[in-house]
Amino acid sequence: MAADEPLVLGIETSCDETGVGIVHGTTLLADAVASSVDTHARFGGVVPEIASRAHLEAMVPTIERALKTAGISARDLDGIAVTAGPGLAGALLVGVSAAKAYAYALGKPLYGVNHLASHICVDQLEHGKLPEPTMALLVSGGHSSLLLSTDITSDVRPMGATIDDAAGEAFDKIARVLDLGFPGGPVIDRLAKEGDPEAIAFPRGLSGSRDPAYDFSFSGLKTAVARWIEAKRAAGEEVPVRDVAASFQEAVVDVLTRKAVRACKDEGVDHLMIGGGVAANSRLRALAEERCERAGIRLRVPRPGLCTDNGAMVAALGSEMVARGRAASDLELSADSSLPVTDPHVPGRSHDHDHVHEVSKENLYS
Amino acid sequence: MDTATPAVTVALHDGEAVVASSSQVDARRHGELLLPAVDRVLSEAGLKLDAVTGIVVGVGPGPYTGLRVGLVTAAAFSSALGVPVHGLCTLDGLAYASGIEEPFAVATDARRKEVYWARYEDFRTRATDASVDRPADVAGELAGLPVVGAGARLYPEAFPDARDPEHQSAAALAGLAAERLAGGGDGFLDPLPMYLRRPDAQVPKNYKVVTPK
Ligand SMILES: [Zn+2]
Repeated sequence: MAADEPLVLGIETSCDETGVGIVHGTTLLADAVASSVDTHARFGGVVPEIASRAHLEAMVPTIERALKTAGISARDLDGIAVTAGPGLAGALLVGVSAAKAYAYALGKPLYGVNHLASHICVDQLEHGKLPEPTMALLVSGGHSSLLLSTDITSDVRPMGATIDDAAGEAFDKIARVLDLGFPGGPVIDRLAKEGDPEAIAFPRGLSGSRDPAYDFSFSGLKTAVARWIEAKRAAGEEVPVRDVAASFQEAVVDVLTRKAVRACKDEGVDHLMIGGGVAANSRLRALAEERCERAGIRLRVPRPGLCTDNGAMVAALGSEMVARGRAASDLELSADSSLPVTDPHVPGRSHDHDHVHEVSKENLYS
Repeated sequence: MDTATPAVTVALHDGEAVVASSSQVDARRHGELLLPAVDRVLSEAGLKLDAVTGIVVGVGPGPYTGLRVGLVTAAAFSSALGVPVHGLCTLDGLAYASGIEEPFAVATDARRKEVYWARYEDFRTRATDASVDRPADVAGELAGLPVVGAGARLYPEAFPDARDPEHQSAAALAGLAAERLAGGGDGFLDPLPMYLRRPDAQVPKNYKVVTPK
């Protein structure tokens, strides 16, 4: 195996998708996903214990399916990567435990990696090596962050983030107010295509001249939309669902793209990548394309299947860790539900031999 | 191995006797402790994991998060090495370790003021399926019986005759499994979690009306 094209298996279980991907350098060989999203739909959100149970059931079969699809034996791997955080603690733990067991059984290095850095790195599978630096806008049901990375394996800087709801969460909430079901993103995107984005002037959060330049807020927008709908209902008028969807969506993507482009300009960065589940939104893609082109910024958005949570993104980052000779994680690796975005991976704490020996004596009884 | 109770416990058994074992009681760190424990036990025996011909795992009942660590680890070992996984009820390991030859019960902590429990004819023979109940609700049924496990110590009013061991040991679980394998291999469960409770899954309340009335 060429040193710069490591063969890595990646495991992702931070939310409701059990994802296992296999990459060879920047080439995607397999991307197996088992989702429990349907089970959560009737609850209107992801139920952690249901997600964890589903991960346990799907974990090993999904790994075996990915290996089969890639047509490789687990013994050929150069490393095993896993999302160590951030995410749901119980859900992460299933993936981390499985990754450690495979790595240990096969004698392969283990890389606990950051979910957010993985969302950025996945674009290498679509558009080749990430330019350095790259500005990244990550938007999903769990995150809304603007990140600047000069080296995805070692340097990810937070530029801004949501101060309340994630963008995807706002889509889910508005969909619930409109009785459109869960998740809200795809259905709002679809209805918005038939509506007028300028029909209703919903507020753009944190867009004043004194507001933080790169932070987001979607809570006020969500309240304004709900209030508008309630007023219509209270007046006995029909709610123009398509116009509401289009105007709400426009308010979200307007702020996201404006701030992302501004961050690029301020930092002199000429590449913007957009990832996360909301990156599948067609209006976000179109408006980002338009604004980036005007600003002379190259836009990189992976295909929708790679934007949502998946194992391929974890494998992509793991492969980069191996290629750049980053320190592997150790067997004590734990799931960290609030792993800071500034930690692209979780290197092992180095133990000296005596210390390990001492610990082992202490904990044995026979 | 067994992670269904606060104990993270691993043992290596050669069919005749326990070769090495490790037990740590730490209800919050199962995920961190299990693999290093496996590594310690194998190192002590001077073996690598690929020398193992079968995996035995406690399937609970137990609080969910820790329980899953052992089960997914066992499943991954099995898949990576191509060896079988044998499930055993976690309570059977405690029963076997007690060596009690007369009727008794095992009770472990199920949290939320409940215990996981089962009744036994003797240390090898479970008489009931494992259940989860409030101690007071089963005290009558188990009256006069010795009770093994942490559940008995937590609720002395309901279970006055508490007996050892308090904690699960993989050594006992492996010993029981070795006996069953030598006897033809019957008496194992599928390596699937025994939760005994439905997941806490509340439907979020309808969205709050935000317009002041
Ligand atoms: Zn994500």
